Amino acid sequence: MAEPMIRVAGVSKDFLLPHLRQTTLKGKALNMFRKSRTIEVQEALRDISFEVERGEFLGVIGRNGSGKSTLLKILAGIYMPTRGTVTVGGKLVPFIELGVGFNGELTGRENVYLNGALLGFSKSEVDAMYHDIVAFAELEDSMDQKLKNYSSGMQVRIAFSVATRARADILLIDEVLAVGDAAFQRKCFEHFRALKKSDTTIVFVTHGMDAVRQFCDRAILIEECSIVAQGGAEDVAAQYTELFTPQSTATPHPQGKRRGSGDVRYSRVDVPALLRDGGTLTLELEAVAEQDVDEPVFGFLIKNSSGAPILGTHSLLKRQATGSLRKGERVSVTWSVPNVFSDGLHHVDVGITDRQGLAVYDHWEEAASFTVVKEEKSPYIVTPDTSLVIAKTDAADA
Amino acid sequence: MVQPQKRDLTELIARIRLRYRYPLILLRAMVITDFKLRYQASLLGYLWTILRPLAIFSILYIVFVKFLRLGASTPYFPVYLLFGIVIWGFFVESTSQGMGSLVARADLLRKISFPRYVLVLSVGASVLISFALNMLVIVLFMVLMSVPVRVEVLWLPLLFLELVALSISLAFFLSALYVRFRDLNYIWEVCMQAAFYAIPILYPLTLVPTRYARLLVLNPMAQIVQDARYVLVTPETETISQLYSTPWVRVIPVGITLVLVVTSVVYFRRRSRSFAEEA
Repeated sequence: MAEPMIRVAGVSKDFLLPHLRQTTLKGKALNMFRKSRTIEVQEALRDISFEVERGEFLGVIGRNGSGKSTLLKILAGIYMPTRGTVTVGGKLVPFIELGVGFNGELTGRENVYLNGALLGFSKSEVDAMYHDIVAFAELEDSMDQKLKNYSSGMQVRIAFSVATRARADILLIDEVLAVGDAAFQRKCFEHFRALKKSDTTIVFVTHGMDAVRQFCDRAILIEECSIVAQGGAEDVAAQYTELFTPQSTATPHPQGKRRGSGDVRYSRVDVPALLRDGGTLTLELEAVAEQDVDEPVFGFLIKNSSGAPILGTHSLLKRQATGSLRKGERVSVTWSVPNVFSDGLHHVDVGITDRQGLAVYDHWEEAASFTVVKEEKSPYIVTPDTSLVIAKTDAADA
Repeated sequence: MVQPQKRDLTELIARIRLRYRYPLILLRAMVITDFKLRYQASLLGYLWTILRPLAIFSILYIVFVKFLRLGASTPYFPVYLLFGIVIWGFFVESTSQGMGSLVARADLLRKISFPRYVLVLSVGASVLISFALNMLVIVLFMVLMSVPVRVEVLWLPLLFLELVALSISLAFFLSALYVRFRDLNYIWEVCMQAAFYAIPILYPLTLVPTRYARLLVLNPMAQIVQDARYVLVTPETETISQLYSTPWVRVIPVGITLVLVVTSVVYFRRRSRSFAEEA
């Protein structure tokens, strides 16, 4: 059994809150005579333990302030853990931020050498790879300009280009993919794929579940200073989405008004929290029968944030028979709705009635919500895909 | 029997080279960057390294030598004075700039892990380069005034070593302390002002009553300045060995320096774990 490349055992980290720490002699002198020291301890990580095997691509996910960046800094040796130990079995290079040490007053060329030195490259080593670095960044023409005259995109490109040269057994990467244009991001992803093949061990901190699913073998999920889930990247990413989607799914909507006899009632309402351009809205529902019922009718209604109904339908309209439900039986109901919604928040009402629509078994207003993000921000209640062609016609026709 | 020992030695050298490879690369890059940045957009650029002490020297020379008639009894007094100013300048710059070196690069401290001492050393190295340039000016002055070179000048490297050890160890200590106590730079500035007059830089030590002079030269800086002038400029410099009639009294200032070196290294190493959080 090979030794793990990184072993983190029982690591905790406390910070003394900086605004309360005495950083002047006067403060220190005044405080010396006080019996109770007013130092407040802020916990950043609590009892974190995990291992990373050689060649593994580990994702660390969590919300802002969950402690994941602190963990990365502890792995990098920048912070010392308050308790616990970190053992690292190889050369480790951290990318907490791209372009560390970049100085706007220096030229692009000088910054490449400086940044290279911070990554451990001697001048002659940078000499040897200089051409490749510049070519990869596509900045052949501007290397003798001062860095402050670069656009932020150019700065990121040159920084990433140097970073890709780093040779290490372990790379720590913090959210570097969140920068640059689409073409450059594609380059970054290609580089990641190459790294993955080359048996480099990588710890990758991110919010981006797509990146986690795409690259990571395993992931750990940190919330409120502790690991709350670890395992396969797919599973952990799913848990993250479930835990942190606003107005989430599995849990009933707290504000939702609910009425009905309850002979059949929804036990689960699953709606994705976020819907981007294109795609389909999938409502995954499950209902349980408390009594025997015949031919219940399942329906839903989607409203926008101002409460205007947008669309809805029910199983009777779809001419779908539902049969009889014995007491205790469960039935799953899945709706697929094309994403015609406009940008913004939407609510979902769900209901179950009898065939005549007289008896209401379960009527649940705002059982779930979802947010639509669309490129096209139209003021209307729906924004289906529309296409547009504008071309000049021949002047002679006019 | 010799073979394994030899291999041990090569292995040891290889290990040391590997261990200090990264710090050396960093140190080099930082010193180069520092020089490139320091005199950017200034017309005379690097020349200021030499012009500054020369300007200070001119002022002091006019005020104290021409008007107040200090040092008339000392041969080659202009060189004597300039040499003192250059040594003192090295001490002040390395300690004051060294003190701020960690806080100034807090961005680096928070983002990558590297041997923290490199930051302090890079300031030390930059100041040392300026010092070397200034020494060229001293040599030029010596040639112009035809100051004879005596065999005692061979002590000079050892005295410079003591000066560097004293200044850099103080820089280490102050830089680590400054991370926690930001009042320090003001305090240190005042201390340096006071020390400038407490150390016989402007005036010949012979002007001070022997009782106080004996106390004064126990200070490593006073000992270094006087000894360095003695070996390089003129034997008519009053040094610590003349005041105590024995050269062995030097164990006191040298001992103070050594204690400072050890204290600073220990303190800096202990504190360096938390620089990233506090700087």
